Amino acid sequence: MSLNRRRFFRKAGMITALGLGGTFGITGLLRKVEASEYETPQQGLVAKRWAMVVDMSKFKTQEDYNRVIEACHSVHNVPSLGNPKDEIKWIWNEDYEHAFPSQNNRYMKESVKNYPFIILCNHCENPPCVKACPTEATFQRPDGIVDMDFHRCIGCRFCMAACPYGARSFNFRDPRPFIKEINPDFPTRTLGVVEKCNFCVERLEKGLMPACVEESKGGLIFGDLDDPKSEVRKIVSSQYTIRRKPELGTQPSVYYLVGGGDLV
Amino acid sequence: MYKGGKIIASLVIFVALLSLPFFYNRGKANKGPEINLNTPAILQLADKQCVEPTEWMRANHMQLLLRWRDEAVRMGKTEYINSQGKSFKISLQTCLNCHSDPALNTSDQFCVSCHNYTAVKPNCWSCHTWPQEAAK
Amino acid sequence: MFERALTGSRRYWTWVFVLLAVITVGLYSYFKQYSYGLGVTGMSRDVSWGLYIAQFTFLVGVAASAVMLVLPYYLHDFKKFGKMVILGEFLAISSVIMSMLFIIVDLGQPLRVLNVILYPSPHSMMFWDMLVLFGYLVLNIVIGWTTLGAESKGSPTPAWVKPIIYLSIPWAVSIHTVTAFLYAGLPGRHLWLSAIMAARFLASAFAAGPAILILLCLLVRRVSRFDPDPGVGAIQALVKIVTYAMIANVFFYGLEFFTAFYSNIPEAKAPLKYLFVGLEGHTRLVPFMWTATILAFVGIGLLLFPSTRKNDKILSLALVAIIAANWTDKGMGLVIGGFIPNPFDRVTEYVITYTEISVTLGVYAIGMLLLTILYKIAISVREQKET
Repeated sequence: MSLNRRRFFRKAGMITALGLGGTFGITGLLRKVEASEYETPQQGLVAKRWAMVVDMSKFKTQEDYNRVIEACHSVHNVPSLGNPKDEIKWIWNEDYEHAFPSQNNRYMKESVKNYPFIILCNHCENPPCVKACPTEATFQRPDGIVDMDFHRCIGCRFCMAACPYGARSFNFRDPRPFIKEINPDFPTRTLGVVEKCNFCVERLEKGLMPACVEESKGGLIFGDLDDPKSEVRKIVSSQYTIRRKPELGTQPSVYYLVGGGDLV
Repeated sequence: MYKGGKIIASLVIFVALLSLPFFYNRGKANKGPEINLNTPAILQLADKQCVEPTEWMRANHMQLLLRWRDEAVRMGKTEYINSQGKSFKISLQTCLNCHSDPALNTSDQFCVSCHNYTAVKPNCWSCHTWPQEAAK
Repeated sequence: MFERALTGSRRYWTWVFVLLAVITVGLYSYFKQYSYGLGVTGMSRDVSWGLYIAQFTFLVGVAASAVMLVLPYYLHDFKKFGKMVILGEFLAISSVIMSMLFIIVDLGQPLRVLNVILYPSPHSMMFWDMLVLFGYLVLNIVIGWTTLGAESKGSPTPAWVKPIIYLSIPWAVSIHTVTAFLYAGLPGRHLWLSAIMAARFLASAFAAGPAILILLCLLVRRVSRFDPDPGVGAIQALVKIVTYAMIANVFFYGLEFFTAFYSNIPEAKAPLKYLFVGLEGHTRLVPFMWTATILAFVGIGLLLFPSTRKNDKILSLALVAIIAANWTDKGMGLVIGGFIPNPFDRVTEYVITYTEISVTLGVYAIGMLLLTILYKIAISVREQKET
């Protein structure tokens, strides 16, 4: 053979590229899935901007918030890993000092200091986690919900660093063995993906309220902020509510009603 | 050609080794997969048709599932109108409601038997559940 | 030119096999991690980035520091660096590959990594980081290979490499700026939410990177017949760069302290408090940070005085001190400190595990093996030219 090594590699490389590129082009042109239609479900609940009001007057006993947490975690196959290092939680409670660390007031009423503030993803209007995600595995829906596509998540945990509210959990291990009872209507997740509260999009599609709202006995009020007739809008525009870390510009959609009613 | 004899001889041996499986199995036919289409749910159906016609599904089910996945999870569109105008809920359960047989174990189920034969491992089941698994 | 890496002394092959052994152990640990999950590391829900991302951050800096040779030599005709530039470029290649490997081992679903390219997200700094790192890798491979290849054949460098070299200069700055933007744009992490994050990153990179390069040059001088600085003062010029970059780095750190403590804002003070005096009784990182501080000042001091910096042995010690100080601060303090305290003002500490260390050493071994091969090629070309 009188071909020298460099010329051989060059020819081989070009033929490979042509072959690969050619097959790609042909299959790309041939593969056409039939155009059918995709629709949103008829019975689904729709909104321009979903939001939640946490009425602190309704969360008095441990049972009040455990019921709500259990509802969410059981319906969504959230595993209980038993240690704070690997733990996964979509909704839980914190006391005032830890839920609102920058709004401290050492002379505050003791009872308010110890209230179990329900903590979950705030589904912010300007979510830093969505901005951070390099694959758009976490994305913002037109109705304001920040949802997760577990299929696309590469587990880089940039969203966890970006979230100023600590709302996200990572599957450090395979969650399956740690799920008490698997709910077949919702997938579990697999190890290596990030997860968080999704405002029960799968229930909203069926016309149901989120699981935590349903179990809260009026403690959690869920509705469309954009609709002037919704209860959330009425509460938020007439009473004083607080949100977590408002100075960061994220515009959270979870409002806490601390004044009024039995609390004052 | 420099050392041409050795190169050609090695090439012949290499091709022979590579094609050994084909020569070994010459004349024999491998048993196809046992695809169980007679689940109780399918037997009850009057019109035994899947979401789309069988031939189309055989060629394109994975593309359909991937499109379903994006439309349902990312676009919120959970209803699928097939080529004949019939509406289906987008979910793996829609497939499993017909294609899973509660009497069989997982390795004999519809998807698994064919996928085992073709050695294509879909990773759906690391998150999605078989109805039987949940019932356990 | 690869064939030049296949012949070597007994010492060379022993070193290669030691590295291969470390890589094998690292691979085994990685398989453990891949099947069990990232739970084998010390990372937790609160401290969700750890040793791997810390190494990534440090190594991107080392990679960017090649510009400190390229800029003076190619742009300003600073001939002293002539023999060293290739070593800097090869160090950059090795560092970029290590950085990318550290990202891969840190991913929860590494097989999906191409999703970043398949679904481009220009709003995400991590997307841009992947692009610029890959681009920088290609740039350095093309530049290094072409220039060295031309040299080994005795022909002049082809003209088309020049614009690529010029491109690599701002590109080097960009890789570390984008990496800094990963941290500096996050609203909830007050240790990172600083305007001078990118400036700090570049200063520490230009201190640590050239320091590593100088140590490598001294090593090359020792183990081969090739001398990257044959009495022209190249190493001393680089030492000046390291000195001033480190002074700038320490100064910037002081600026962070001033803003946090003079303003008295609790969120700004808390992470620095955790790092240097501990928070709520948690003091795991305190001894490391103070050691780093002392090493930084000792290093700068030794480099400032001609009597100490001109002595090769003391110079090496000073450079090791500077590298250690930088690595501790950027490779540990920065990443862990950003997550402490957590958004609920609680402290969850980070404890490294053996598996994590093993995987880290494995990746470093891969980088060092690559560096060894590349340096062997460069040295053999230069040795041949000089005979």
